[in-house]
Amino acid sequence: MGEMDDIVREFIVESTEGLDQLDRDLVELEKDPSDGDRLARIFRVAHTIKGTSGVLGFGKMEAVAHVGENLLSQLRDRKLMLTQGITSALLGMVDALRTLLADIEQSGTERQRDYSMVIANLSAQLAGGNIAAAAPPTGASAPTAAVNREAQTGNSSGDGTASSIRVDVGLIDKVMTLVGELVLARNQILQFTASEQDASFTGAAQRLNLITTELQEAVMKTRMQPIGNVWNKLPRVVRDLAAGCGKHVRIEMEGSDTELDKTIIEAIKDPLTHIVRNAVDHGIESPEKRRAAGKPEEGVLRLRAYHEGGQVNIEITDDGGGISVEAVRERAKQRGLVSADQAARMSDRELMAMIFAPGFSTAEKVTNVSGRGVGMDVVKTNIERIGGSVDVQSAPGVGTALKIKIPLTLAIIPALVATSGGEQFAIPQVSLVELVRLDGEQGASAIESIQGAPVYRLRGNLLPLLYLDRELRLRGREKSGAVNIVVLQADDRQFGMVVDEINDTEEIVVKPLGKLLKGLPCFAGATIMGDGRVALILDVMGLAQRAQVVAESRAKVTAASAKTEDASKRSAWLLFRAGEEGCMAMPLADVARLEEFAAAKIEHSGAREVVQYRGDILPLVRVAEVLGKKSQRRDPVQVVVSSCNGRSFALVVDEIQDITEQEVRVQDANGDETRAAIIQERVTDLANVEGLLAAVERATAMVSA
Amino acid sequence: MEHQFCTFHLAGFFYGVEVEQVQEIIRQQEITPVPLAPEVVAGLINLRGQIVTAFDLRSRLGLPARGVDERPTNVVVRHDGEAVSLLVDEIGDVVEVSDDLFEAPPDTLHGEARALTRGVYKLPGKLMHALDLDTALLQKTSGRARGSEFVQQTIQRCGAGALAQTRGSHQ
Repeated sequence: MGEMDDIVREFIVESTEGLDQLDRDLVELEKDPSDGDRLARIFRVAHTIKGTSGVLGFGKMEAVAHVGENLLSQLRDRKLMLTQGITSALLGMVDALRTLLADIEQSGTERQRDYSMVIANLSAQLAGGNIAAAAPPTGASAPTAAVNREAQTGNSSGDGTASSIRVDVGLIDKVMTLVGELVLARNQILQFTASEQDASFTGAAQRLNLITTELQEAVMKTRMQPIGNVWNKLPRVVRDLAAGCGKHVRIEMEGSDTELDKTIIEAIKDPLTHIVRNAVDHGIESPEKRRAAGKPEEGVLRLRAYHEGGQVNIEITDDGGGISVEAVRERAKQRGLVSADQAARMSDRELMAMIFAPGFSTAEKVTNVSGRGVGMDVVKTNIERIGGSVDVQSAPGVGTALKIKIPLTLAIIPALVATSGGEQFAIPQVSLVELVRLDGEQGASAIESIQGAPVYRLRGNLLPLLYLDRELRLRGREKSGAVNIVVLQADDRQFGMVVDEINDTEEIVVKPLGKLLKGLPCFAGATIMGDGRVALILDVMGLAQRAQVVAESRAKVTAASAKTEDASKRSAWLLFRAGEEGCMAMPLADVARLEEFAAAKIEHSGAREVVQYRGDILPLVRVAEVLGKKSQRRDPVQVVVSSCNGRSFALVVDEIQDITEQEVRVQDANGDETRAAIIQERVTDLANVEGLLAAVERATAMVSA
Repeated sequence: MEHQFCTFHLAGFFYGVEVEQVQEIIRQQEITPVPLAPEVVAGLINLRGQIVTAFDLRSRLGLPARGVDERPTNVVVRHDGEAVSLLVDEIGDVVEVSDDLFEAPPDTLHGEARALTRGVYKLPGKLMHALDLDTALLQKTSGRARGSEFVQQTIQRCGAGALAQTRGSHQ
């Protein structure tokens, strides 16, 4: 009996694949009824199922497939032309066969269900062609013949089937795990080679390294499947749904041979189907509406998949009605997801993201396919669970585009290893943008704070920071001076994570955390490092949410506006010393260049000291003397080249100290030349260039007079 | 009926788990702590390439924490299809006990210790607590990290026989 079971199991697997193929082919055939090759393939599949089910004694199945086959043979022989009715009847047959297969899989027998409707439908279509329905198969003789014929057709259709074998998924998973272990062992051995002088050992280790890498790639490939495997089901979904809503929808697919890891394929199957259903149900308008809007009656749903930087991008675009930002705003308010005040402040982008909020649906009516307020949030959760992200863009009247980014594989990933609070952490490289290292003094001053929230200016943009050790409540860091910032990408936003040390990049094998640790938001799993120690893998998204560096909240909006105000008050200042003591500052905007001249280069023009500078004569202004402070003449002289009222001057200072950027509140006025403020915790005189120059003019005027 | 128990010592108490549940005993192992994890999770250990959660039994039973220089032994048990390492002070022998030595925990035993003890086997010279592994390893939500009060309240409300229900409500 065991052998028999195997045969049945194989029959179920093969037939299920065959039926999936039938779904696709029938939908395609409807578009292009003249495609003879496709029709032949459909016929072959139906025929095989009929034959095998007969041999295995599944009479009902055979009967259903038989009528279908008859109908198909009429089509093949061009005695009937394909109509929508025929396609529907044939798809009905596919569904009936699927139900039968499911029953057989569960109970081992065909259950008592009535398939007469399906058969009657098929027969009616046959009769429509004025050809008498063929007699149902009689007894066992027909199936035997069928098997023979099947063998022949099977051979003729043999496109590469002989070169592939069916392997149990569990076995591949096991091989994958073992390769993972091998990668770890390899990493450990490679660590030894660093301290090993023996050439033959290092050579062997190198070879092991190469082979392991290749093996890993090859095994990964065995788990790779084209995304088409998931997409193939979609034309049928779209067809049925469009027919149900009275819409015309064409589905276009590009890049269906893009390969993804099996686990990921399975994880995106449902979200993808849901998005497509949504697009057909809510996105694409009825033919009347489309006509009124000046669009072709037939809506287009476009699926596109492509690789980009170690990730797979999937785009689902429809040319439907699009999502109205205002409708989203209203709905979000109505559903109590945000307050009216909040809703008014939200940006379009933030509003668009609301469609992924739990309990949200903008569809005006609830249909049986979508619009019950569950779905898009689940889609987002499912995609994020596998380390992906989903983004929506929409223009009312033009359409909606959803972009999904997902990793190629989950099992082995490249990661950056960093240390914080004495522990090593692995950061998946997909989320990594760049590394910033601030040395010594710079480290202390470059990190600024906005109402307690640390930020760093990365090329002019404020980068919110989180300290990994504080976030994870690790033991305090030793003050090493240098600050390492790992710039990470979470949900289209960047943030910086401050760690103690950046170690290395490594290929790590992702292992899940045990049940006791499920639900910890900051970790995506754990891995074993080259030295055998366990390191946790950071969940960048979870960490960002926990630290609220990327939260799309009202607080964020307020903070952002505060930020810009803050920045506008802030300005850059040049700090210098003029005279023996006391600190001075002038706006960096007034500074053209900082220069140094040998004292010997100073010449005189009348009562004035001047230097030749870039072909010009530059008057010198000794700041300390103008202000009546004591100062020594130095060699070389440090000058600040500055312009005022179209003329350039060289302000001679005793020492140029620093450039700082901060908010400056003027404390008191102190004559025309300077005012005082607190900069870097010191009382600093602010030089007023104009006032200084005026003083100089007065002085020279007095001298020459 | 005879049972075999793998025994160990914890803060002066003598505990045992059924031998069938024990996968292996390993000596001290380097533990990687897991930040933000429940208190009972001591960290993760590398068990021949497999990552196993180390479970601090002392913390779970409400016993005082182990001294810094006391190295725990790992009792790796299979639970719910997953390996978990119980950190114990010292491993004891495998003992064979019969049902007639068993007695339910006395009413004077309170709190966490009671919830986690199925009963006591009266061995010559000492008492062996039979650890209820299922209850011990139940995942607790962080909001109710100290479940002892909850368990006690339930016991008071429903009488001592309600332990099984308590267990159910935890899940």
